[in-house]
Amino acid sequence: MQKVYNKILSVSGNVITVKATDVAYEELAEITTRRGKSLAQVIKLDNDLVSLQVFAGSQGIATDDEVRFLGNPMRVTFSDDMLGRVFNGSGVPRDKGPELADSLIEIAGPSVNPAKRIIPENMIRTNIPMIDVFNSLVRSQKLPIFSVSGEPYNELLARIAMQAEVDTIILGGIGLKYDEYMYFKNELEKGGALDRTVFFMHTASDPIVEGLMVPDLSLAVAEKFALAGKDVLVLLTDMTNFADSLKEIAITMEQVPSNRGYPGDLYSQLAARYEKAVDFEGAGSVTLLAVTTMPGDDVTHPVPDNTGYITEGQFYLKNGRIEPFGSLSRLKQQVNSKTRADHRAIMDGMIQLYAEFKETEEKKSMGFRMNEWDQKMLKYGEMFESGMMSLEVNIPLEQALDRGWEILADCFKPEETGLKSDLIKQFWPKDK
Amino acid sequence: MSKNTGKITGIAGNMMTVAVDGNIMQNEIGYAITGEERLKAEVVKIQGDKAFMQVFESTKGLKIGDPVEFADEMLSVELGPGILGMVYDGLQNPLNELAKEHGFFLKRGAIIEALDRKRQWAFEPLAKVGDVLQAADKIGMVKEGIFDHPIFLPFHFMGDYEITWVKEAGQYTVDSTIAKARDNQGEEHEIKMYFNWPVKIAIKNYRDKKVPTEPLVTQTRIIDTFFPIAKGGTYCIPGPFGAGKTVLQQVTSRFARADIVIIAACGERAGEVVETLREFPEITDPRTGRSLMERTIIICNTSSMPVAARESSVYTAVTLGEYYRQMGLDVLLLADSTSRWAQAMRELSGRLEEIPGEEAFPAYLESRIAQFYERAGLVELNDGKEGSLTIGGTVSPAGGNFEEPVTQSTLKVVGAFHGLSRERSNARRFPAIHPLDSWSKYTSFINNDIIKKAHNFLSRGNEVHQMMMVVGEDGTSIDDFVVYLKSEFLDNVFLQQNSFDEVDGATSPERQEYVFNKIRKILDAEFSFSDKKDARDFFNNLRSKFIDLNYIDMESDKFKIQEDEINNLIKGKVKHAESL
Repeated sequence: MQKVYNKILSVSGNVITVKATDVAYEELAEITTRRGKSLAQVIKLDNDLVSLQVFAGSQGIATDDEVRFLGNPMRVTFSDDMLGRVFNGSGVPRDKGPELADSLIEIAGPSVNPAKRIIPENMIRTNIPMIDVFNSLVRSQKLPIFSVSGEPYNELLARIAMQAEVDTIILGGIGLKYDEYMYFKNELEKGGALDRTVFFMHTASDPIVEGLMVPDLSLAVAEKFALAGKDVLVLLTDMTNFADSLKEIAITMEQVPSNRGYPGDLYSQLAARYEKAVDFEGAGSVTLLAVTTMPGDDVTHPVPDNTGYITEGQFYLKNGRIEPFGSLSRLKQQVNSKTRADHRAIMDGMIQLYAEFKETEEKKSMGFRMNEWDQKMLKYGEMFESGMMSLEVNIPLEQALDRGWEILADCFKPEETGLKSDLIKQFWPKDK
Repeated sequence: MSKNTGKITGIAGNMMTVAVDGNIMQNEIGYAITGEERLKAEVVKIQGDKAFMQVFESTKGLKIGDPVEFADEMLSVELGPGILGMVYDGLQNPLNELAKEHGFFLKRGAIIEALDRKRQWAFEPLAKVGDVLQAADKIGMVKEGIFDHPIFLPFHFMGDYEITWVKEAGQYTVDSTIAKARDNQGEEHEIKMYFNWPVKIAIKNYRDKKVPTEPLVTQTRIIDTFFPIAKGGTYCIPGPFGAGKTVLQQVTSRFARADIVIIAACGERAGEVVETLREFPEITDPRTGRSLMERTIIICNTSSMPVAARESSVYTAVTLGEYYRQMGLDVLLLADSTSRWAQAMRELSGRLEEIPGEEAFPAYLESRIAQFYERAGLVELNDGKEGSLTIGGTVSPAGGNFEEPVTQSTLKVVGAFHGLSRERSNARRFPAIHPLDSWSKYTSFINNDIIKKAHNFLSRGNEVHQMMMVVGEDGTSIDDFVVYLKSEFLDNVFLQQNSFDEVDGATSPERQEYVFNKIRKILDAEFSFSDKKDARDFFNNLRSKFIDLNYIDMESDKFKIQEDEINNLIKGKVKHAESL
């Protein structure tokens, strides 16, 4: 039996309250206004007072509008027919294709038992040296791209999506600009990946609350594909918009804010999503890459800060390049011992030297005379930036390692590199 | 006694309010019943006949009016043989057993007994009929792995108990009665091999608490030599994300010379626990020749698991630690991360609409942190033996800024501070413990004066470095420059350590002493350099040879050869060769 109520007691922000009984926590309701229908979700129960968050926003809701409780929590359809389709933040198709209403699955399900996870061990090759050599991406990893607005983060995301070997791609857009959405669609189409991609699109012009559901919808579908044996790559852009929507709801609900207005459970909320990345024993996997734009390039802002503590590293995009400092893949140690003997040494050694170059560069900018060692450093820094860091570089890992040795040999004597002697013996270019 | 019941009157997040018929107590456990599921919850506030309860599961689908059953007990853990090697969630549910029963996902409301009821233990009685015992006295003994695991008279038994019956030696399960004892009132109690203990109450069945002095060896050089920890002491590792807190904890859990290591993964990434969980059973503990897992307990409440259980997970871990300390063992508890625990308290406090303190943390944050670390300690047990519980907690300060409530409250109560720095981790100088900011109140196995001197080199080297940033290398005297090079040398070859290398990852105290002595002599030596380039080349060369040495097994011939090479290199440059 569905329960219908016609008396809305309060409207505040995007939250409405009604008097109702026998309502379950997180149950869905449908609100019919003169603008049309919208879904809403129960976010608080206090005796017979029910607070609902309205996905389409509260604009134009009248106190006598109809609220109908559906008797189930948020669900989404799941089938292979979803591939190549575009859905909105409520899980309804936004392309012109047919409705899909079969095999509904619940979203935001329970977390995976840690005892059933396996140690990730498969590298995902991207042909970007700053990723492959220095911060390898690993299947089932959760990794954000920290970026300032205006950086080519969506381009990077699209490039990884195209070059990574995965079975299924799920793209969740939260507050995405329409042209960015079109960009993704065109890129994936060009690369012939469209028919293995599912889109959940919430654009900047859609109601803000609707964006809140996008990560859960994307990940619930991804999880099902993974359980069916697929290796799934989930791309979410931009999680800062997601966090901002959480903030808005929390403040409407008069929760005590903890840091810059964000709710105290921001960490748990983000973790509940990111932790869906998993490698199932005997089934597929979910790898999660998410863009987090940093307001004012401030990595201590609550959203990137909390994210960094949850994820297994981060790619730090700055000046159109993946910065070696600040970027980190926590899982790289699982894979980079199996690639080539010199992988780890090149990875650490080149960065240590690059750090020294940065210092030298600073000294130079302060007008100090550059001695012989400084000159070597400057030469090295320049070669490292153009030969390795530039996003233009598109070479496989082995080639990138060879290039690393060449750069070192062009600039230094073997003992100046701080690398282990046996590796130098093996890999130092013979002609130098 | 009939148990209390109540009905749900409100739900917001993981907090529910319940109208109760009858009496309840603070921290009492209750179960919200929805359909087939029983969701565990804990009373956190009582107001009239209304109880505020935090639910240890997702509250999705609960309704107003759903019944709540109270258990008439506080949140407790089972203490008895069979805890070692287990992987528990924050409420002591065994995760492997849950996985066997429910598959990939953590089924809501699923509860499994913490101690295997089918496993048999070889019981040897120690007490005799007529013996008068007190709480924590031994009734018998079982063998748990390599340890003698006493069966205690339960810790909550007050006063004298006369043993009236003891079971003969044999194989029994934990829930078989192994003795009976009569209390002062003449009432007889059955004693099993396990009992329950409330996690939020410290176990204090010991004679005396002592000052920790003996170092707890971690085999991480910068810790053992410069910022040591002591058996029964406390320490904290604050650091921004990516600075290597977790790797440091993992390395410590593997190489620390404690009898038992408890890893409390509190609100952190599941992936990291998985590494421990999958790798430890495969690794042999060189001291015992057995799998590392046999001395390890993992309490795992990762970030996506319910937040209320995260709050209790650190208490569960510390209670298990106290239990094994009662056996005269050295226990090391590693909590990663205490900030997540503090955040769980903050979420709870927010739901209770308490007046917030700094950064919305509750006003009682500081006292809770202090109480937690106070449960560590070196104790003299009733039988005269000593046991210790050492607690090391990581802190994840927002924005990596140590001026925040959790870091500050922790620093007040711990005995050592291993501050990780972004600057060092960016430069790949691992472990990224900052040698100038960190401190320890405990003493190392290496002479304190020598360490002070070396530490002095580091700060002087840092000063010269700062100066060079302003006046340039040309404006620095060669003497100062050499000080800088020496401090860099010390940093590179001793403070930094490659956790992922088989040899370099763990350095025994003997080797630390040996190598440190060598380095000390180099620091003290006077060299004759023609110019700065000469000095830089020499130290680059020396560093590279020394790093190679770090990767060589000390027992091997190669070590000796490499050492000779280093000695020859030094002899060529040093002014007074006899000083070496």
